[in-house]
Amino acid sequence: ISSPIGGAELLFDGVKKHQVTLPSQEEPWDIRNLLLWIKKNLLKERPELFIQGDSVRPGILVLINDADWELQGELDYQLQDQDNILFISTLHGG
Amino acid sequence: MCQVGEDYGGPGPAELQPKLSWRGCEQKCMKCKEGLPVLIIRAGDAFCKDCFKAYYIHKFRAMLGKNRLIFPGEKVLLAWSGGPSSSSMIWQVQEGLSRESAKRLRFVPGIVYIDEGVVCGQSPEERAKTVTEMKLILQTVGFPYHIVSLEEVFNLPTSVLQPVSQGPRGSENTYKEAVDGFIQQQQQQQRVPEEGGREAVLSDEQIQEKLRQLSTQDPVGQEEVTGDSLPRPAQIMALMTLFSSVKTLTAREELLQTLRAHLILHVARVQGYSKVMLGDSCTRLAIKLMTNLALGRGAFLAWDTGFSDDRHGDVVMLRPMRDYTLKEIAFYNRMFGVPSVFTPAIDTKAPEKASIHRLMESFILRLQAQFPSTISTVYRTSEKLVKAPRNGDAAGAATARCLLCMCALDIDSADSATAFGAQTLEHLAQKPSPAPAPPTGASGRPCCAQGTRLQQDCCRDTRPLSEREEPRASFIEQLCYSCRVNMKDVGLGEAGDPRILV
Repeated sequence: ISSPIGGAELLFDGVKKHQVTLPSQEEPWDIRNLLLWIKKNLLKERPELFIQGDSVRPGILVLINDADWELQGELDYQLQDQDNILFISTLHGG
Repeated sequence: MCQVGEDYGGPGPAELQPKLSWRGCEQKCMKCKEGLPVLIIRAGDAFCKDCFKAYYIHKFRAMLGKNRLIFPGEKVLLAWSGGPSSSSMIWQVQEGLSRESAKRLRFVPGIVYIDEGVVCGQSPEERAKTVTEMKLILQTVGFPYHIVSLEEVFNLPTSVLQPVSQGPRGSENTYKEAVDGFIQQQQQQQRVPEEGGREAVLSDEQIQEKLRQLSTQDPVGQEEVTGDSLPRPAQIMALMTLFSSVKTLTAREELLQTLRAHLILHVARVQGYSKVMLGDSCTRLAIKLMTNLALGRGAFLAWDTGFSDDRHGDVVMLRPMRDYTLKEIAFYNRMFGVPSVFTPAIDTKAPEKASIHRLMESFILRLQAQFPSTISTVYRTSEKLVKAPRNGDAAGAATARCLLCMCALDIDSADSATAFGAQTLEHLAQKPSPAPAPPTGASGRPCCAQGTRLQQDCCRDTRPLSEREEPRASFIEQLCYSCRVNMKDVGLGEAGDPRILV
């Protein structure tokens, strides 16, 4: 499940919650690959506002099952079944 | 301090600092050493949920306590944009007001929300929907609230632009006396019911009760004060025209901030609030500091980014959230269910180089990603900025102020030896002699052909040029450097006449 909030949903046609089933592939599914997949399949516009290089744009927080992704290895974290990935854009409002 | 490590040969300035490698699930909260960590703050401090909550709440109270500017019983206006930082601020105030007596926050809060939907491209239906969502949250918070729309800035009296000279600044002793006196009063009240005597003054609980009553009544009162919930169409048009006549996003952003500040100030004055709390976070203020340097506001950094901003005299603006990074705020809001409403801003989805603000934001954030101490360094530097009076004016009350931003004027355009002075003289010398008025006022554009040195949208007005230049010139004279630069981008013509801002 991938959920962009805090304004990031604007880039996903306003849809806040996405339940996704990732196709099985040879390479393991880590966050890095998930981002590529999101860019290809879910992002509706302005990819540079969400993704920068192979990571998220600075200012976007990533929570894996409600915990900071920095605790889990960031891009290298291997996805598990039923994982909940939350993207929060911190750059809006004040 | 640089250290020569064993793994890599000395960190050079250009070398990226290696990110701390994750240590897996065995990591424990660095504070309590027991709980499972849920987030990392700063450069590697892992916190568990409870320790984070304690840390977060403590920071807020420490910020207020350290600065000792809010006196007991004072009315404080909380400026709420719906966004995460100001929502978190309101949540903290609520939390602080509800604690046991000894540690309770002691001021009387109110909330102001400014509906800026017009300039952000929202339709009336979207605006109404947003305001309804806001109202729902405001009602659950329970403080008296005021909802104003940005269009009301046209109704402001000119007194908004006049700084009110402050009374003699209270010293440490005054604050301590006030707090001690308040505590004594409280203790007396609590003793009286025990003796069975009548209470002459309201006790804490009764004050809270009265607050609750006020907040349910006030919305009704507020509806009357603010008139119809939707502003008049003429005002909406005027505001839209004003903003669309601004040539750059930078100037538009600055204009919006100026108008917003004036409106908040006005609401505070009219409703009797002596302090205003703004929700600017550490990240935002670091970006703001650098942006303002680029905008030519270097002289005013202490006011623009410091904890307290007293340029208006009677109303002091405070920034209690200035120690929180956006990451901390976002995590706290998420974990503890702080409600916030997302509304598009004036620069939502704008490309990176669209304005100085955007550029600086992306610069700082990218730098922060590689060098995690960037923002805290900028922040600590900003803490050291001192509000020094210009040229040793002791009283400061006699200094000329910028008409729009209320800061002491930082330029001396009469002094032709400075670059600025030279520019001004040159501009004055280029003013054309009065030309005959063009035949049709509204549609024709004959006078623009006379040359680009004329202000571009002069042709809509049929008065002779010199007559019309005068008010604008005298208006510009009263602005500080950065406001002048911004005004250059704000269009002229009837709707864009800068005098409507005054």
